[in-house]
Amino acid sequence: MLSREVVDHVALLARLELSEEEKERYTTQLSNILSYAERLQELDTGDVTPMAHVLPLQNVFRHDVVGEHLPSEDTLANAPDRQGNNFKVPRII
Amino acid sequence: MNKYEPVIGLEVHVELQTASKIFCHSSTTFGGDPNHHVCPVCLGLPGTLPVLNRKVVEAAIMIGLALNCSVARFCKFDRKHYFYPDLPKNYQISQYDLPIADNGYLEVQDEDGNPVRVGITRVHMEEDAGKLVHQGTDATTPYSLVDYNRTGVPLLEIVSEPDMRSPREARAYLDKLKTIIQYTGVSDCRMEEGSLRCDANISVRLRGSQTLGTKTEIKNMNSFRALQKAVQFEINRQIECLETGRRIVQETRAWDEIEGVTLATRSKEEAHDYRYFPEPDLVPIVISPSWIEEITRQLPELPDARCRRFIDEYRIPAYDAGVLTGSRELGDYYEECVKIYPQAKTVSNWVMGELLRLLNDTNSEIGESRVTPRQLAEMLTLIDKGTISGKLAKEVFGEMFRTGKDAEMVVKEKGLEQISDEVSINAVIEQVIASHPGPVADYRAGKDRALGFLVGQIMKDTRGKANPGLVNELLKNRLR
Repeated sequence: MLSREVVDHVALLARLELSEEEKERYTTQLSNILSYAERLQELDTGDVTPMAHVLPLQNVFRHDVVGEHLPSEDTLANAPDRQGNNFKVPRII
Repeated sequence: MNKYEPVIGLEVHVELQTASKIFCHSSTTFGGDPNHHVCPVCLGLPGTLPVLNRKVVEAAIMIGLALNCSVARFCKFDRKHYFYPDLPKNYQISQYDLPIADNGYLEVQDEDGNPVRVGITRVHMEEDAGKLVHQGTDATTPYSLVDYNRTGVPLLEIVSEPDMRSPREARAYLDKLKTIIQYTGVSDCRMEEGSLRCDANISVRLRGSQTLGTKTEIKNMNSFRALQKAVQFEINRQIECLETGRRIVQETRAWDEIEGVTLATRSKEEAHDYRYFPEPDLVPIVISPSWIEEITRQLPELPDARCRRFIDEYRIPAYDAGVLTGSRELGDYYEECVKIYPQAKTVSNWVMGELLRLLNDTNSEIGESRVTPRQLAEMLTLIDKGTISGKLAKEVFGEMFRTGKDAEMVVKEKGLEQISDEVSINAVIEQVIASHPGPVADYRAGKDRALGFLVGQIMKDTRGKANPGLVNELLKNRLR
């Protein structure tokens, strides 16, 4: 069973504000999800190389060439707030 | 405070000088209007996918090789998660457990000039974050401004082993690292523009102890001087902590340049839970031996090798060779000049002396010098031919430095040609003898020092242009 501390921690990392009732519910749900996934531990993966990607592809590159930039009005269209061409956000240092 | 031994490791971030960003085609140009060099990919808009810039991989391999690392046959990118407004995706694409290069070293000199090897733990590729501007105070401006131009500019993070034992060594390491990177040409390493950034991990322990003390991480050092001062301050602070029976707290501290102190930054313990996982939007990178060979061939001669060659080939002192190979451009300048004027030590004296002094005085770099290596060589030839005296040559060189004119033209314009004809010099000698009977009598009475006075008068009357050797010889003959 997942501890409440872990749920609090994960909620904080994800910047989620949860009510007591939600924390209760998610503790149970997350525990169930984890124990379901834990069934994979039964497999012997001793001889399996860790997978870095699901597709059998490697070395996909682009050339170092500059292309078009987004017009400023489009860039800032969804900004919560702006000052000139800067995004404006609550003060964070 | 010899009881304690400082242990220092550095984490250095270097911005690569590619034309476009690491995962998209936006420009990496520094500055410009805010949020101008951006596109949907570097803004992290939904539905976009990153594609790796091949040149970034090549630069990383090159730096790995230059730092004596082993280059990975296989590497991948990972997501590093944290919330901060300079990071539009809420994760940074970086490398976690499989960096592109690791296990290297570079060499610096300790206080006594002995070589010390500083280990390089790893070199990895990642994207830079945006720039936050905080104006005023919390009360006057309760907001920050965000500019994403820098977001996605390619970075190499170079992590050293905790192998440095003094602030001076830390500075020497950063200096050497910067020189090596500049030689490879992958970055301009301008600390003031942020293309070279450095954090330091510092701890102290009792001398002789093998275990490491609790470390702090120092950020916000914006110059080589700041690094040295901040590291020294932090060592002293930690020692004082231990001496007064307090505990050192593992934390991030910021260097305050104005106050000259390090201060604990507000940080939450959770902040370091980055939840790395493999970046599913990018496929792995496989580096073949032939690719490494190709880049090895492109690797230029590096500063240490060049310094040794200068000592062997030009027979100049190790000190000179060290200064001259301190930047690729300075070394190139020197070598070009020696090619035309092969008296290597003379060229070294002029480059390290007058040229570096004038560059320093005008706060400019060798690439901005108006005197070309050919022009310096020509001026040195004029000294040899006796056209100008060694003393006046400094004046000539100063004028060349200001105007970019050839030595010969400066000499003509300023009338600085050395007077080497005996008739003219004899005429001045006669005048000086006539007007200084005292010293003449002294010299004839055996006071050799009086000769120096008379020579000085002759040089003064000719505004320093008389050939000093000839003056000496003619004067002695005349007074015999």
